[in-house]
Amino acid sequence: MGKIWRVSGPLIIADNMKGSQVYEIVEIGKEGIVGEIIGLERNKAIIQAHEDTLGLKTGETVRGTGKILSAELGPGLVGSIYDGLQKSLLTLVENTGSFIKRGAKAYALPRDKKWQFSPTAKVGDPVSGGDIIGTVPETNLIEHKIMVPAGIKGNIREIRKGDFTVEEPIAWVEHKNEVNELKLMQEWPVRKPRPYKQRLDPSGLLTTGMRIIDYMFPLALGGKAAMPGGFGTGKTVAQQQLVRWAQTQLNIYIGCGERGNEMADVLHSFRKLNDPSTGRLLQEKEIFIANTSNMPVVAREASIFVGVTMGEYFRDMGYDILLVADSTSRWAEAMREMGGRLEEMPGEEGFPSYMGSRLSSFYERAGMVNCLGSPKRKGSLTITGAVSPPGADFSEPVTQNTIRIVDALYALDVSLANKRHFPAISWLTSYSLYVDAVMDWWDKNDPGWHNTRAIALRVLQQEAELEEIVRLVGPEALPEGDKLLLLVAKMIREDFLQQSAYHEVDTYCTPAKAGLMLKTIIRFYELSQEMLNSGTGIENIRSSPMVYKISRMKDIPNETFERQIKELWLEMEKGLIVHKGGVS
Amino acid sequence: MNISSLYIKEGRAINRAKGSLLIAESIPGIKFNEIVDVQLSNGEIKSGQAIDISEEATVVQVFGGVSGVDLIGSKIRCKGETLKLPVSTDILGRIFNGMGDSIDGAPPIVPDGYLDINGQPINPASRQPPAEFIETGISAIDGLNALVRGQKLPIFSGSGLPHNRIAAQIIRQATVKSKKEEKFALVFGAIGISYDDASFFIRNLERTGALDRTIAFINTASDPVIERISTPRLALTAAEYLAWEQDMHVLVILTDMTNYCEALRELSSMREEIPSRRGYPGYMYTDLATMYERAGRIMGKKGSLTIMPILTMPDDDITHPIPDLTGYITEGQIVLSRNLERKGIYPPIDVFLSLSRMMKEGIGPDKTREDHNNAFMQSYAAYAEGCYLREISTIIGAEALGERDKIYLTNADKFESEFIAQGELEKRSVEGTLDIAWSLFSVLPEEDLKLISEKFIKKYLPKYSKKQT
Ligand SMILES: Nc1ncnc2c1ncn2[C@@H]1O[C@H](COP(=O)(O)OP(=O)(O)OP(=O)(O)O)[C@@H](O)[C@H]1O
Ligand SMILES: [Mg+2]
Repeated sequence: MGKIWRVSGPLIIADNMKGSQVYEIVEIGKEGIVGEIIGLERNKAIIQAHEDTLGLKTGETVRGTGKILSAELGPGLVGSIYDGLQKSLLTLVENTGSFIKRGAKAYALPRDKKWQFSPTAKVGDPVSGGDIIGTVPETNLIEHKIMVPAGIKGNIREIRKGDFTVEEPIAWVEHKNEVNELKLMQEWPVRKPRPYKQRLDPSGLLTTGMRIIDYMFPLALGGKAAMPGGFGTGKTVAQQQLVRWAQTQLNIYIGCGERGNEMADVLHSFRKLNDPSTGRLLQEKEIFIANTSNMPVVAREASIFVGVTMGEYFRDMGYDILLVADSTSRWAEAMREMGGRLEEMPGEEGFPSYMGSRLSSFYERAGMVNCLGSPKRKGSLTITGAVSPPGADFSEPVTQNTIRIVDALYALDVSLANKRHFPAISWLTSYSLYVDAVMDWWDKNDPGWHNTRAIALRVLQQEAELEEIVRLVGPEALPEGDKLLLLVAKMIREDFLQQSAYHEVDTYCTPAKAGLMLKTIIRFYELSQEMLNSGTGIENIRSSPMVYKISRMKDIPNETFERQIKELWLEMEKGLIVHKGGVS
Repeated sequence: MNISSLYIKEGRAINRAKGSLLIAESIPGIKFNEIVDVQLSNGEIKSGQAIDISEEATVVQVFGGVSGVDLIGSKIRCKGETLKLPVSTDILGRIFNGMGDSIDGAPPIVPDGYLDINGQPINPASRQPPAEFIETGISAIDGLNALVRGQKLPIFSGSGLPHNRIAAQIIRQATVKSKKEEKFALVFGAIGISYDDASFFIRNLERTGALDRTIAFINTASDPVIERISTPRLALTAAEYLAWEQDMHVLVILTDMTNYCEALRELSSMREEIPSRRGYPGYMYTDLATMYERAGRIMGKKGSLTIMPILTMPDDDITHPIPDLTGYITEGQIVLSRNLERKGIYPPIDVFLSLSRMMKEGIGPDKTREDHNNAFMQSYAAYAEGCYLREISTIIGAEALGERDKIYLTNADKFESEFIAQGELEKRSVEGTLDIAWSLFSVLPEEDLKLISEKFIKKYLPKYSKKQT
């Protein structure tokens, strides 16, 4: 049994720790505060405490558990709310009340609940790691596939059907003279990526329901994206929108060092909202991690890895998973805090020099894969991370390191947010390298996509260039054609890109509706150009009732949009574009 | 604070004194972060905190510096306790210093218990999302940046701007529409502010008769810097006691949090920690968050805890680490503008930089009024357009603008003088605030009111609503 030799914030040095291993979990003091060994020196272990160390004394006990930081994987994950170490927060409320007590324990998976297991493998079948041997209907939306844990191989000697807890054996696998018991639950060390058969390129659109993402800067299944932005620019709202509406099978939301009230809001809303394609409660396809800013700093570091491990586990079942992390900056700060205590040589702005590689070890776990085992299946894990640059200055180290790793960047702009243009994703500085990866998808669903998108981006680019001239000569001094361009750019910004997360209808927009909306604006542009050429003044175009009608497209429900927009087009084409019907 | 005058351990051999740090031989039984007394050989006692403990050495940070510590005669005495606040319902109406000792001359509290001033994190799964609108009677807040119970909403100010007057007006006017009988309390934490500013608040509370439901913790500019670290924590601990154990709705005002952050920087640099931006410690975000996150509502509990910190932005710079990190923690911010102040507008609230993130939960039918959200968005859009045109017209002249643009330009001026500006003693109802917004919409082209649903236009736009009545 070891004992505390030194305490300095979250850093603890324990003596008498011979036989321990790096990354082993220890329990400290009489409360059993959880810590993780991050270094060994002769008899001493350097420990990062995942809980508050206030009031600890030298000489208190430090007990090794022989385990390394692992996630519990099995039925019961979906719909749960965990802290950064995968303790069930709901269980903690039951056990210790509204406040989190140090050292309190709670399993990730309920131990008493019985799950209905239906085997798909039979006695005698040869199996190995990753093979699906049966299923559990975990929620109405998620069929939990029970997989043979990696490393196990042999023939099934016995397999049961019926109701089991996660700890009861459901099958036995025999290899030579060795027999392995399989349960509904398995464990996986969180810092180690889970294995797969083959890595594939991200492909196919991850439909988010957000027009500026789906249409302008698309995200592919298995991709990685970052969303940097100053405070109040809409990172959290956007990330919550993603996990709300993304057309994936399961989403994971990691609140890492952020606000408690935000977590409460997201948790409560998910108990009420329905998934647009299945009509079921969103809670049935979500996992939450809530390690808020006032919870222990070091556990933030773990929270990201716990989340990504759960994501990979469901990916391995052959599902498409989206994981969002808000905010990766708080995660990096947790590393800086530990680094400082260890008196490591600091890198830029005090961050440890390994911050960049730690960030990429997280984002690299995104991807589309051929899963391990049979039957053959593809799964994907897509990651988006919020970044909170100090002073909204993107040149700082966390933002810069992240930009180097990700392939889609949603740059949130303070001046857009101040004008209440939401989502405040800048169309001038954001990009997606997945345009080719989603081309097939769009070709099948909306062949005009590539072209329409290009026209819109060009108009917005031209607007930005004209803006400088406007500031010098005023908007009235521009030639008519430029005035029209400014009008259309404004329509693209306000009537297409702007999308309120709180609007009953507009909160989720199908790609089909998005395409039609933008095409309507572009068609309006073409018709107006013709009219300008035939002598109609810009004033008449500006005050055309079409401008108003186009601005109301957002209110039209997804389901009836196509029909209603057809009427609008007819009206436009008939030349009603000019006020009071007067075509020249 | 006299929790125990019983010292349990006494260490001697102080080996080294450096800056504010004393490095002594290991003191067995000392707890990490506990508050200790350092007795100098001349008998003077200073307080300190054990910031690093090991079998080899104990590092104590002495508050107020180590001058006068001689290595031979000085002693470190520990009490085996971290800082605690004695609580009972009698603390209402009392005034304390930054160590929790009463300074109002009244008899000491007979405590029901002692609470650790660091509190414990609220389990996110037991939080109730804040949703009750607090009417402050100030249009720029109620109309555009509504405050709700359980929110943390700071005022970002600059030196010389009227943040104290605005805070006092909020304290005077804040009410909640509710049928239930409810108990309110105010906790006031003064951190490193001038004596005059502190007494401005106390007098204000006295005048409105609010003092007997207030607890004040006062650390003025001349009080020890270290107590700036404990003052807001004491205030929040008292507030938690009232909110969670006494079912009260508590508003906490902390001013000036810039002084708190300066104190944090000072202590950190004495500890020779690796600084982050502009010398502030890397953990400042977490440190501030552990305090501000104490705001909220809890399922199954009747009370609520709302925090309104006030801070002055050094050089009026919102990207300075103090307002920046605060903005990353709080649920929005009310930002004061020197420009509006120069124009003579009170309250000089910059509505573009200001934001209330909990607003959407707190407004709407049954809470404020059905058209609130639409009117709020349209007001922003119109004012933003007007301000943009104002900027352009400084170069090209207002005459060069088109007719429509001129309307927006005038509208922006009227928005500032009629909607934002109001009297210091004027309490506007939220309906009154929304009606002003509608009267301003009435001069805009109707087809421009894109952000308002048609049914509200028909109901509230003066030209239609007048016809109905
Ligand atoms: N898509 C949106 N639709 C409507 N309003 C939005 C949208 N995005 C952001 N907002 C508004 O902006 C506010 C701030 O957004 P959010 O909390 O997401 O910012 P953030 O970038 O996460 O800030 P921080 O870094 O401080 O956490 C929201 O409370 C909301 O009022
Ligand atoms: Mg956020």
